[in-house]
Order: sequence, then structure tokens, then C-alpha cells
Amino acid sequence: MTTKSERLLLLIVALVVVAFVLAPLFLMFATALKPDENQILRDLGNAHAFWINPSDISFKNFEAVLANKTFPILRYMLNSGIIVVSIVTIGIFVNSLAAFALARMQFTGRNLVIAFIVALIIIPMESVAIPLLLMMSAIGWVDTYKAQIIPFIAHPFSIFLFYQFFAAIPKDLDEAAYVAGASKLRTYWTIIMPLSLPTIATVAILQSLEYWNAYLWPLMVTRGSDARPVSLALAQFFSTPPPVWGNLMAFSVLMSLPILIVYFAFQRWFIQSTIGSGIKG
Amino acid sequence: MADLHLTQVRKCFGNVDIIKGIDLAIRHGEFIVFVGPSGCGKSTLLRMIAGLEEISSGEITIGGRVVNDLPPKERSIAMVFQSYALFPHMTVRDNIAFGLTIAGEPRKEIDAKVADAARILKLDALLDRKPSQLSGGQRQRVAIGRAIVRNPDVFLFDEPLSNLDAALRVNTRAEIAKLHRDLGATMIYVTHDQVEAMTLADRIAVLDGGVVRQFGAPMDLYRYPDNLFVAGFIGSPKMNFIPVKALSVSADTITLNAEGLDALTVAAKGAEILPGTALTLGIRPEHITISHGATPRHQGSVVLLERLGHQIFIEVATLGGHSVTALIDGEEEVELGHTVGLTYDASKCHLFDKNADSLRL
Ligand SMILES: Nc1ncnc2c1ncn2[C@@H]1O[C@H](COP(=O)(O)OP(=O)(O)OP(=O)(O)O)[C@@H](O)[C@H]1O
Ligand SMILES: [Mg+2]
Repeated sequence: MTTKSERLLLLIVALVVVAFVLAPLFLMFATALKPDENQILRDLGNAHAFWINPSDISFKNFEAVLANKTFPILRYMLNSGIIVVSIVTIGIFVNSLAAFALARMQFTGRNLVIAFIVALIIIPMESVAIPLLLMMSAIGWVDTYKAQIIPFIAHPFSIFLFYQFFAAIPKDLDEAAYVAGASKLRTYWTIIMPLSLPTIATVAILQSLEYWNAYLWPLMVTRGSDARPVSLALAQFFSTPPPVWGNLMAFSVLMSLPILIVYFAFQRWFIQSTIGSGIKG
Repeated sequence: MADLHLTQVRKCFGNVDIIKGIDLAIRHGEFIVFVGPSGCGKSTLLRMIAGLEEISSGEITIGGRVVNDLPPKERSIAMVFQSYALFPHMTVRDNIAFGLTIAGEPRKEIDAKVADAARILKLDALLDRKPSQLSGGQRQRVAIGRAIVRNPDVFLFDEPLSNLDAALRVNTRAEIAKLHRDLGATMIYVTHDQVEAMTLADRIAVLDGGVVRQFGAPMDLYRYPDNLFVAGFIGSPKMNFIPVKALSVSADTITLNAEGLDALTVAAKGAEILPGTALTLGIRPEHITISHGATPRHQGSVVLLERLGHQIFIEVATLGGHSVTALIDGEEEVELGHTVGLTYDASKCHLFDKNADSLRL
């Protein structure tokens, strides 16, 4: 039984948490849209930093960022885009196929492989970064897209998510397809994957976030701007004096937009799965 | 012609024998029912015929071809699953067409075959729905439709009605029987419901513990059960089993008695039975009447009485301490607690020896 005061307390706690999450976002958007750098500096000292009067909205900062020749943001975003889209699309197939084999085929050592993949989830990128870098430079992949794509396609957590989902799909569906003459791959493609849209969406969002925001590895493996992702460019932009806050925040907004778009594009698939409706009466 | 032969078919999972050497010869166009208690291996046997389970040893032929190592699609079979196993993301049309699409048939032919099946199964109006928008009975028909369009020699059904409610089950049962008549294909149907078995089958295979206890026409199993298991499994209400002793024997009769039971002479193989041997007498409830004269009787008191109208179902506790159920004429005057004498129709009595085998002549 929750009393009125308890509910009020919960509401306050929730609001505080939400405020902590949203405040930086408000600051980012508000500052990016303010045209007057002096006004921004004054506002940063008070609550007005989180707010902008609608009449003051201007895209001056965005124009400046997009026109900046030393930091070609569109080029960096394109780099990030190529890297993330490659990882995510190839990853969906590679990881789901691995999971399909684990969920549907009998072979000795299967459980060991599953345990191994789960164990891999907890190994952080940082701990393998140096050996991986040595490998990349040994095969001459430094400063390339592929150095930022190939090592990250296989993704233990994605395999695990797919595996769990596939294991819950009734085997009757596979058998019905098999009796009707479908091969394993055909079953994967026409039955299992279409039923897995929610998991595909989850995996796509997780992996895009992870690699859109990647910092350490690109820092190690890129030198010039050819293959450098936008995350790294932002850091460099930040550390180039003097700081122009309006431009910095406009840069940040531009960098955040694609990931927000990806999230909203995929999130409707999160909502529900249709599994189960073909089973039983 | 697609006769189906099983020769010494066995299946073991690890070192557990599940199917222990089954021989069956099924003729083209027969409706065969596998019936038996839960866990006796019905589904396993069906799945071996389908090609979903490997055969540990023995041989299965369909239309004279050994199919042991052929994948399901090359066996000319189609299977209807207990869970229906419809593809949830596909429309009814695509579900039915699935096998044909896989086989790469031309779009036109697929459409024609799907339309045919939909007409037979009255699914015309539902072709564009998803399985989730169908009732249980409709899903069932889609699952059957998916089998029909492939025009197989042998249809395999694994408990197709078990997810339907009682009324729908009776309907669908009739529809499946009609389908069998119309298509003329061989059908193998698994159930643990002996009523389904009796009503649908040309021949029934009664399975128990991985072996066939008897294989024959429904009325043959009902009239001439080979053993106690089949006698108890086929028929509803169940056959009564009463422990008795052989009083005297001849080559083709055995006279027996039990406490409270007047001497009763039954035609049976008496040659190897010694007087005094313990036997089991089997008598179906519908072959018992209330005795009004001097016929041999089994005395006891009525402990349960249900008036069904044209018949009365009674349970009698006999003097020997056994309970015997009987379906007697609806006009008989019996009351709960009355002492009655039951008369067993000697020509309908079954005798089983200590190995549970019938002593039928
Ligand atoms: N893959 C398997 N591994 C080991 N044992 C199995 C396997 N499949 C089935 N069995 C065993 O084989 C026996 C027969 O199973 P089956 O499913 O054929 O029974 P059934 O007659 O269809 O029963 P039901 O009426 O409950 O469906 C059971 O004891 C079951 O535990
Ligand atoms: Mg079964």
C-alpha cells in the first residue's frame, strides 16, 4: 500500500533523476542555438544556461561549424557513419548466424563455446587495445576504416542476445520448415530472422551507440582526418583554444543527431514481438 | 502407390531404448492411428517416419523406396504438428504456400493450389490474415492446408486436435475423416484418445512402451483384444478385470469361479491351463446385465448409480471385494445400496493368463 506522501516522494526522486539526465542536453541545445558568445558566457553562470528565449534562436553556430575548414565535420560524420553502418549491418548477420548455429545445431563443445562467448562479454576493449594495435600496424591497417570495422563485427553480447531469443523460438517452426523442404539457411532467413526484428533492433541500437561514441580505439589507430570518426574530432575541437562555446555545442548537437535518429527509427520494433501467435490455439 | 513398411524399426536416445523393434505394413490409402498412453513413443515413431528423427536400426520404406537416409522433403510426406507450427509473421496464404515457394514452383501454380486448398478447408476469406488473428480451429485448418498443397503420399498428424475444445474436436475429427475420403492419401494419425482412434481409423496400432501391442481394425481390437493392455485401452467405459480361478478345463473351454461368482464357462484355450490357475476375466460394462433368474451370477451391492436415460451406469462392489462397472438397461429397477446379481455374457468374456495374453481360441 503506497500512501500519498510516499508517492509524492517517489515522484520527486524521479524528477530529480530526470533533471540530472536532461539538464546537460538542455544546456547543449540551448547554447548551440544562442548567437551571441558573450551572452552565452554570462548565461553559463546562472540558470539561464539551460534555456533560450524562442525569439533568440539562431543557426549561426551551426553555419560556423559546417563552414569550418580545419574541422570538416561532415567528413568526420561520414567516416563515423561508414564505420558504424558497416559494423552494424555486417554484425547483424555474423552475430545472428553464430547464435543460430549455437541455438539450433548439435555439436560437441557447444556449451563450452556458449560459456566462452558469455565470458568474452566482460572483457573490456581497453584490455586488448594494445595487442590489437600491434596487430593492426603489423598488417598495415593503421589509418583505415577496416581497422575500425573488422575487429568489432563479432560482438559477444549481440551473439548472446540473439542466442537467447532464438532458443525461445519453438523448434516446431524449424521442423515445419524442414519438412516443407527448407534448408537451414533458408529457415534462418525466412523464419528466424523475420521473427527476430525486436532483437535486431536492440542489437543495432547497442552497437551503433557503442561505436559512434568510440574514442580510445580511433585515437590509437587513426592519424590524419581520412578515417577519423566524429567522436575523436569533437574531442580535438574541444581542446583547440580559445573555446567558442556556441560552436562547440553546435558540433555536439550535430554529432548527437544521427544516434537519436537511429534510436527513434528502431525503437518501435522494441515494442512487441509476434512470437507465440502461430503456436497453439 | 505408396505403401509404407516398417521393419524392425528401433530408436534409442543415448542408451535408452524408446522404440523397441516395430513392424508395420501399411497399405496405400489407409487411415492408420497410433494410439497409446503418454510417453509410449507415438510421436517419436511418427517423427522417424517423417524424417525428423534418425532411425537407430531397421528400415522404413515408402512406396518401395528405403527412406531411412532421405530428408523429409524427399519422402513425399507432409506433417501437421500438435502446436500447428504456423509461421507467425506470414499470412495464411504464405503459410499454406510455404512448401511450394521453397520448391520454387511458378507463382501461378502456387496461387491455384493455395486457392484449391483454401476452398476445401473453407479458408478463402482468411487468406490475408496472420495466424494471430485466427481461432484455434482456423489455425488447425491452415496447418492442414499447408500439408494438402504439397500433395504428399503420406500425411502425418501428431495429436492435431488436442488444442481444440470438445465441440470443435468432434467437428474437426469429422472434417479430417472427410478429407481422407476425398484425397485418398495414406494418413497416419497419432493420438492418446481412444475415441478418436476408434472413429477415424481403418486400422489402429496400439503402442505401449515402444512396442506395438496389437495392430488391427477398430472393431477387431474391441472384440478380440490380444492382451490385457489392449483390452483395457480400447473401449469406453473401460473393460472390467476380475481375478478368477480356473475350476475345470477342456481343450476349448474353461470353467471358472471367484468369490461371489457362480461357475461360468467361457470358450478359451484350456489345453495348457491347470485347474486352480489364477486368471483374469475381462468383461465390458456393456456386456453385463442384471440377472433375474438362475443364470450364473456375480453378487454385490450397488455403490454408484448414474441414470443416463436409455442406460444406467452402475458400479457394484462384489463379495470378493472387487468393483465392477456395468451399463445396464435404463428400465432396470436398481437402487443405490441394493444387492444385485450381475450376469456376464459368456460369449463376450475374455480370459487372460498370467502373462496378460488372451486365451482366445
Ligand atoms: N530427444 C529425446 N531424448 C531423450 N528422450 C526422448 C527424446 N524425445 C523423446 N524422448 C523420450 O521418449 C519417450 C517417448 O516420447 P514420445 O514423445 O514419442 O511420447 P508420446 O507417445 O508421443 O507421448 P505423448 O502422448 O505425451 O505425446 C518418452 O519417454 C520421452 O521421454
Ligand atoms: Mg507425442
